[in-house]
Order: sequence, then structure tokens, then C-alpha cells
Amino acid sequence: MRLVRAPWRRFLPVGLLSFVLLGLAGCTDGSKYPQSTLHPKGDFAAMVDEVFMTTVWLALIVFIVVEGGLLWAIWRFRAKPNDARPKQIHGSTVVEIIWTVIPAVVLAFVAVPTIKTIFATANVPAASPGGEAPLKVEVVGHQWWWEFRYPEYGITTANQMHVPVGRTVDLRMKSVDVLHAFWIPQVTGKRDVFPNRETRLWFTALETGEFPGACTEFCGLQHARMDLYVMSQTPEEFAAWVALRKRDPEMSGAASTGTGHVTVDTIVRDTMSGTAVAAARGPDALPTDAEQAAPVPGDPRIAEGKALFTKKACAGCHSLNSIDQPKRSVGPNLAGIGVRKMIAGGWLPNTDLNLKRWIMHPQDVKPGVAMKGYTLSDAEADAIVAYLRTKR
Amino acid sequence: MATTALEHAPAYQRSTIVEWLTTVDHKKIGIMYGASAFIFFLIGGIEALIIRAQLATPNGTLVSAEMYNQLFTMHGTTMIFLAVMPLSAMFFNFFVPLLIGARDVAFPRLNAMSLWVFILGGIFLNASFLFAAAPNGGWFGYAPLSSRQYSPGMNMDFWAIGLQILGIASIAAGVNFFTTIINMRARGMTLMRMPIFVWMTLITQVLVLLSFPVITIALVMLTADRTFGSGFFVTAAGGDPMLWQHLFWVFGHPEVYILILPAFGIVSEVLPVFSRKPLFGYSAMVFSGAFIAFLGFGVWSHHMFATGMGPLADSFFSLATMLIAVPTGVKIFNWIGTVWGGSISLKTPMLFALGFIAMFIIGGLSGVMHSVAPADLQQTDTYFVVAHFHYVLFGGSIFALTAGAYYWWPKMFGRMLDEGLGKWHFWLSMIGFNVTFMPMHWVGLLGMPRRVYTYPEGLGFDLFNMVQTVGAFILALSILVFMWNVIRSWRGPADAPADPWGGATLEWSIPSPPQEFNFAEEPVVAEKDAFWAMKDAAGVDRFPEPGHVSGRGIHMPGPSWWPVVVAVGLLMFFVGLMVHRSWAFPFTPVSIAGFALMVFGVFKWAYEPVDAHAPQH
Repeated sequence: MRLVRAPWRRFLPVGLLSFVLLGLAGCTDGSKYPQSTLHPKGDFAAMVDEVFMTTVWLALIVFIVVEGGLLWAIWRFRAKPNDARPKQIHGSTVVEIIWTVIPAVVLAFVAVPTIKTIFATANVPAASPGGEAPLKVEVVGHQWWWEFRYPEYGITTANQMHVPVGRTVDLRMKSVDVLHAFWIPQVTGKRDVFPNRETRLWFTALETGEFPGACTEFCGLQHARMDLYVMSQTPEEFAAWVALRKRDPEMSGAASTGTGHVTVDTIVRDTMSGTAVAAARGPDALPTDAEQAAPVPGDPRIAEGKALFTKKACAGCHSLNSIDQPKRSVGPNLAGIGVRKMIAGGWLPNTDLNLKRWIMHPQDVKPGVAMKGYTLSDAEADAIVAYLRTKR
Repeated sequence: MATTALEHAPAYQRSTIVEWLTTVDHKKIGIMYGASAFIFFLIGGIEALIIRAQLATPNGTLVSAEMYNQLFTMHGTTMIFLAVMPLSAMFFNFFVPLLIGARDVAFPRLNAMSLWVFILGGIFLNASFLFAAAPNGGWFGYAPLSSRQYSPGMNMDFWAIGLQILGIASIAAGVNFFTTIINMRARGMTLMRMPIFVWMTLITQVLVLLSFPVITIALVMLTADRTFGSGFFVTAAGGDPMLWQHLFWVFGHPEVYILILPAFGIVSEVLPVFSRKPLFGYSAMVFSGAFIAFLGFGVWSHHMFATGMGPLADSFFSLATMLIAVPTGVKIFNWIGTVWGGSISLKTPMLFALGFIAMFIIGGLSGVMHSVAPADLQQTDTYFVVAHFHYVLFGGSIFALTAGAYYWWPKMFGRMLDEGLGKWHFWLSMIGFNVTFMPMHWVGLLGMPRRVYTYPEGLGFDLFNMVQTVGAFILALSILVFMWNVIRSWRGPADAPADPWGGATLEWSIPSPPQEFNFAEEPVVAEKDAFWAMKDAAGVDRFPEPGHVSGRGIHMPGPSWWPVVVAVGLLMFFVGLMVHRSWAFPFTPVSIAGFALMVFGVFKWAYEPVDAHAPQH
């Protein structure tokens, strides 16, 4: 074994260290990791990152010193042929006191910023950094999707939360069923969502962008498919989005105007900016414009799809109107579904093909969801997709 | 079977199966704990491999969401309750009496009952797979997902009732080992002369006795909710899911130390022997172990930082958790102090013990990172946590248990394990383990949640997951090498000497494997490391090989059927609860019959004549 042992012993620390360094290096490029905790784009996440990095550096020092000491001892005191019996040492009070005190002191350097950050992040700030009052958003967890309500504007949406950059967002969260946890790593930490009490969380997005998040408390069968997106927009873009939502009632209702109102001009395309998507998800995964057809005014399928939306009972659970909706919708609100980034609970790219598969075979796409599926012909599904694409 | 009693009493000769079924010998019970736990370990390992295969690529479709949820729930439940705990129990059973110079445990029949309740409980839990209804709500069973409303199938009944059964085995064993260590030490073995493994066992039993009642109550409440429609955790009935979390983690965190303290004990036995140098700072090791256990009851809410308990509670639990790093650090430094200046012989047990220290340091450091409550808001429920607890449970507990297996194998079976294969086992474990779990740190920090049956592409998780899966199969290969090593030793000659390593403790003073009565003459202990002291006093490195003695006149407790009968009755009682779901008829005939059988068994047990099957000479 002697032959084998020597190279191994050198390999281990070098191998382990290069593994660690490679890993660290791999994590530095934030654009490849849109759900990263290491590339904060929000104030809450940045505060957390700061105290976390303190622990990382201290841990790295301790790691090198202690593991180094261990490996050195193994090498230095390895048995040699005809070793005399080593000196029988039973301990040393002085040494033991020293290595009790040193970790305690190191921990103090962790404890102080920890307590500071706990209190700094505990309560929602009274005002945004710019002085504005925080934007209240009610978060409702459902098995397995997220409902977002903006009491200030009377808007309800699902799985995709729009927020203005620089304005603090004050989240008030509740569940309608089991526990969930709300998490947008780039802007804020996790908070569990309970059926019987309101929990609070907050963040201020410091940059515009699309930040993916996920449910992180195991919530049953499709826990893995309960994702969400935060769309951090300039105040102007956000105002435009709010204005667009306010027009939902006239565009979605039984109003005679119907879908005719939707022209390509009124579409705020920034919500689906191709380059931002490419940056966030990688070029292969996204719904390109070709995959997500823009509505063609006058397309006969739109009217047909509109009729089917009611006839096939879609409207029983899904509203296309985001304004003044009752609390705790049965199914996700579909206002703006035409340009929403993801479907089926925030994870499936919103391409025409995916949308069609989703409404035709929901139990194949996401087994166990409340949407049991209705018998739709190919043409009927196409018509519904065409109709939904008009919902901008 | 080498017992004098049976050699001289052919009328009592029994078939091998009956002999093992009715044995109350702590060594046979220990071996059965080990064998059954190792089978469960393999089942849990196969579950892990399926999990890793599913996650190797994004949007994996190897198993369904439902199957995946069953697999990760059963992987966790199995590894904790059916692998690591009973593997520790194997060493408690086989070695605590030997290390303290006793002939058996305090309650040999209770010991047999613990074993059979454990085995039946483990089979019960795994039988759920046959009904396609394995537990699927996580090993933590959070309410209200675990309620009848959200988990209507039998899955979580199997879980709640299975854990209840296993808890009974643990509590009974806890009483037994606590009593054994307090009452049955050899003359002269004061508490502060006990081998450190015995100390860690004692502390572990205190943890079991204080924490298992909490989960017992919680499971009774959950079962009542599910079976009889009570509302402890049902929000619509005014119940509170937070209550479950507090109860679960008041048990759950001490449970973590139940899993790791025996490992600390094993490593503290192995390091001195292979460094030829006594443990550095014996009393510090004892008190740090006790302090860790004590603090273990005051940190449970660090599993719940994300629930939003408020800044004061978060601060308290953050600081209490950090405090645990101090006694843990003392242990690590004392272990390094033990090998420092020694003459380190890198035999397989020593490699695993040193590997344990190296890996446990990493798990300890990531543990401190979790104690920082705000940082934990990012880390909790991600793969970073999965990395952390595998570094302490696999790199920690399993490595140490493996060290113990290689170290004590010759004593248990009279056969050596092969050194060359042992080194292959170690290095494959070390590489496979780190390739599997090191990347989980990164992928967790990069935002991958736990308990997801799949993940979308485009989030940068793909490569990490593929590497982890490759690592998991390397790790599996290392287990195969170990199994081959065991088979080889099984086929080889039973020629292990009594003291192959130059041991420090009493078990090395008697033949390998020990005779049924362990010590022909009860040893007298004058100081710590009793066997080293005896060798020093005699001025030798090794004593001559001890011979087998007749054991005539040594009274040993006789075999008994009643522990098995009680265990079967208990199982029937609980199985009966599974099939019934209303207040109207609270107990099924199966439950009633099981209960009756159990009462009958206890009665017969209590009145069983001491010498029923073991005539004295």
C-alpha cells in the first residue's frame, strides 16, 4: 500500500482545494445563475449577502488552518518502522482553554453582524429609499401557484409580480391550503406562508430585470413546479403596466368592443423584452417571437377562442380581468397571459406550443393540478391560444 | 454457539433460527441490529441513487413527482431511523457491556424486544411501497400537508405510525443502556474512567429519553388528527401548524446529536489506538459532549428562521446555535491534539476516523453559516442545507460508523477485514462523497431548492447536478467494495487475534469473538484505558492470546420468546390503527387482538422463570 498512499495524500488537499476554487469561480458569473443568492439585486438580499460573505471568509480561514493542521499532523506524525512509543500526553489545560476561547472570539465576529442584520431586516421600512411609501403586495400561496394582489391599484395577478425599481415592496403573505415559502433569491430571503396567520417580507429592487423565484417549503405533489417571476421595471414601465391592467375590465368583459380593442400598439412589449429574457434564461429555453405568435387583428380564431373560453368552463376558474377580483381566486388570474413569461405555475416557457399542451393535457404537463382538463380538439385549443395571446 | 450452558444441555439445543429469534445475548442482538440496519441502509442508498438519477438532467422523467416525493421522504426517514440510529445501536449493544466489563445489559429481554420492535417497525415502514403508498410528506411531516385533508392516502399513516413504533424501540433501548452504564460497570470503573464511547452512549440515551417523548406526543396528536378527526394542527378547527413545527424540532434537533454523538465516541476510541497515544483532554471531551447535548435542546427554532418568529427569537436561536460551535470546536481540536505527536498508523479504521474529522469540519463550518439567521433565510430549504447535513451525517456519522466497523469487526466476528479493500473503500468513499455533496453547496447558493422532483433548465443547475449524480454512483461503488470485503472475510479463516490493534479498552482482553459470558472473571479497573494500563503493569505490548474457558458456573439469562411476542402484538396493534378511520369504532379487531397479545406477552414475560431455558451448573 505504501506505493499507493503517497500520491493520494498529496492529491487529496490539492484536489479538494481546486474543487472548491473551481466552484467559487463558476459562481462568479451572475448572468448564468438568475436564481442566485450570490448576486443580490435587492437591498434585503444585499444585506444578507454581506453578513453571509463575512461568514464565508472566516470559515475559509478556519477551514484552511484546521484542515491544514490535521493534514500536517497526519503527515508529520505518520508511523515509521520501529517507532518508539510516543510520549503519553493526556491533555493540557492551557492549550484547551486557548482553543476554547479562540473559536468563541471568532464567533463574536459573526454574532455581531448577525444580530445587526436580523434587526435591520426584521421590519418593513416605513418608506422606500426614495421616500415613497412602500408598495403593498398581498401574496397568496396556492397548491401550486402564486396569487399577487395590489390593494393600492385593485389589481390581481398570478405567478408574475411587477414591481417598480427603487420602491420598497411590502409583502403580506397568506396561504389558502398548506404551507408554502416565498423566495426571490436575487432580491430577498425566504418567508414561510401559513394558512392561519399573515407573514411579512420586504425588498427593494435595486436594478431592473427579471428575477425568478420558487416555493421553498415542501407543499405536496407539484412543489417543484411552483415558481414565480418578479419583473423589476422602471417606474414609467410599471405605471404603464398598471395602466394596462386598469383597462382589463373593458377588454375582458362581455363588452361589445371585445378583442377589437387590442391592437399591437397598445401592447407593452417591455414585459417580454427578448434580450432581457435571453440574458436571464439562456438563448435556447425562451419563447422567441416566432414561438409566441403576436395576435393578428381580425383572426377568426380569436372570436372562436373567446366563445370557447366560456363554453369550455375556463372562465369558471380563471378571470381575464385583473381589477377588483375577489380574494383567493380559484385559478390563476389570466390578465396579461398573452405576454406572461411563464405558464403552469411559473416554470413552463409561455410558447404557443406549451400553452396549447397545457390547456389540452394539463394532467400530463403537471400531474395533480386542479385543472383536470377538458376535451378540446386541436383547432379548439389553437383558437383558445390565439384568444389568450390577445391578453396583453 | 459457544456457551457452556448449551454444550452441556443438549435437551435445550435449538435450531439456529430459533436461537437467534429468542436470544437475549447482547452480542447477537447487536449483530442483528447491524445486519438489519445495513439492509435498510442499502434500501435508503438505492432510493438516493434513484433520486440522483432523476435529478441528473433538468426536467427528468425517470420517476413521477409522486414517486419522487415518496423516495426523498423514505430516504431521509430510512437513513435517520433505520440506518444511522440502529447502526449506532449495534455498537451500543455489542460493545457497551464489553467496554464496561459487564456480562450483559441490564435488561436483556427488553433489549431483545427493542430489536424486534425496531425490525418490525422498519419492515412496516418499507411495506408501504407494496401498497404504492410510501410516506410522501417529508421526514419532517409538516402540518397541514400531513393532515387527512391534504394527504388523504395511507402514506402519512405509514409514516406517523411507523415512527411511533420505532420510537418505542428507541425509548426502551434508551432506558436499558442508561441503566446498564450507570449500574453495571466493572469494579473500579468510575464514571470518569469510562471509555469515551461509553460516555457518548450515555449522553445519547439521555437525549433519547428526553426527546423521543416529544415526538411520541406529536405523533399521537397527528395520528388523532388523521384517524379520529381531532384538530391539533387543523387550522379550520383552530389548530396551529406552528405547534407541529415546534414539537417536531424540539425532538428533531436533539435527534441530530443522537445521530452524531455515538460517532464522536467511536472516533475518540479509534484515534488513540492508531496513534498509540491516549485521548487528548479526556474530561474536556466528556463535558463538551454533555454541553453539546444540553445546548441541543435550546436551538430547535433555528430550523424555523423562515417562519418569521421575530427578531428577538431569531437572535436567541442564532446565538445559541453559534455557541454549539465552541464545544464542537473543542472536540475537533482535541482529536487533532490526540494524533499530534503520536505514531499514526493509517489502517482502514484510522483512515475513516481521520476522514470523519476532515469532513465533519466542513459540515461544522456550514452549520455555523446556517446559524446566521438572515443568511439562513437564503440557505434554508436549498441544496446548501442538503450539502451541510450530508457532511455531518455521511462524512460524519457514516464515516465514523465505518471506522467502528473496521475497528471492531475482528472482535465481533473473529475475522479481519482486508486492509487493501478497506483502503479502496475509503478512497472511493472520500472521492465519491465529495464529488456528490461539495457541488450541492454551490447549487444551493445558486438558488436550487430542496425536495424538488425536477428543475427547469436555464437556471445554471444542470452541470452541478450531473456531477453530483456521478459522485453518488462512485459512492455506491465504495459500498460494493465494502460488501465484497465482508463476503471475503466471511469466507476466510476465523483467525483474528484477541487484540489485533494494540487496543486500550477491555474488549481486547478477551477472545475474538467473545464467549457468551464475555468475561470469565469480571475485570477490575484501576484507571482510564484499562487494558493499556494492564499491559503497562505487566510490561508487555501484547498479552498472549487468551484461551477459551469453560464458563462453568457463570449464570447467563436464558433465551425467551416473550420479547418477540410482545413486539408482534405491538405491531398488530398499530397495524389495526391504519385501517380504521372513525370515532364510531375506534379499534379494529386487529388492534384489539394485537393489544391482547402484547398484554399476554408482557404477563408471561414477567412471570417467566429465570432459569426456564438455561439450567445452571
